[in-house]
Amino acid sequence: MAAELSDFVLVSIALLGVGIYGLSVKRNAIRMLFAVEIIINAANLNLVAFGRFVPDSGGQTLALFSIAVAAAEVAVGLSLIIVAYRMYRNVDVAEFRSLKG
Amino acid sequence: MLTIGSAVAALELRSLIYGSIALMGTLGGVAGFFLLLDSPFVAMFQIAVYVGSIAVLILFTVMLVRRELIFKKVEDPRRKMAGIGLMLVLMVGLGAVILESGVRQISTDEPPVDFRDIGADFVVHYWPALVAMALILSASVTGALVLARREEENGGGA
Repeated sequence: MAAELSDFVLVSIALLGVGIYGLSVKRNAIRMLFAVEIIINAANLNLVAFGRFVPDSGGQTLALFSIAVAAAEVAVGLSLIIVAYRMYRNVDVAEFRSLKG
Repeated sequence: MLTIGSAVAALELRSLIYGSIALMGTLGGVAGFFLLLDSPFVAMFQIAVYVGSIAVLILFTVMLVRRELIFKKVEDPRRKMAGIGLMLVLMVGLGAVILESGVRQISTDEPPVDFRDIGADFVVHYWPALVAMALILSASVTGALVLARREEENGGGA
């Protein structure tokens, strides 16, 4: 193996930072979904990287489950965005105010 | 480096379509990292699920949303500065923790996991989780379809 564990963990931290930045700054719902995807990928990268250093295949199995659940989450999230877009004609999360007190 | 750069591009590009293509680049880069970690099965799964289906799904959603909203960027500059500061603090802090923690000394001589072991794991140890995952996937797809359809029957408004 050419690279070390810390390299992968550092890349994962960088992806997590970018994702949290996007989630906290952006107001476009689709872009927030992108940020969530990036964070999920950082987590998967960590799972596989640490799982490489353990003698069984648990890490990769868990990563596969995580990818599948993330796919389900994206499908539901996108359809929610479409419904919200039909209701408000907008994808700006600050405009979704029917739940505001 | 390419992966992180295209992650930033995915969030910052003005057009949402280019942004989603950059997101595909990020996910493909993560698949490359999986290959570097000797786990080709997860890499193939990542490419098939993310780069294949999710990216197409996102592209279609972007096309369904109105055009001028795609190009409009509304954000508070002060909030953006705060967000960039948060990102840098997080990266530097966690990176310092990792570099100090001695993870760097860990090395492995384990053989890479065979994908046959993963398959055996799936059907022997984790089959309840596999069944549950299949149910979750089908339920979520059905739910997404119902959510996207119901408004049409009501005449498209709420």
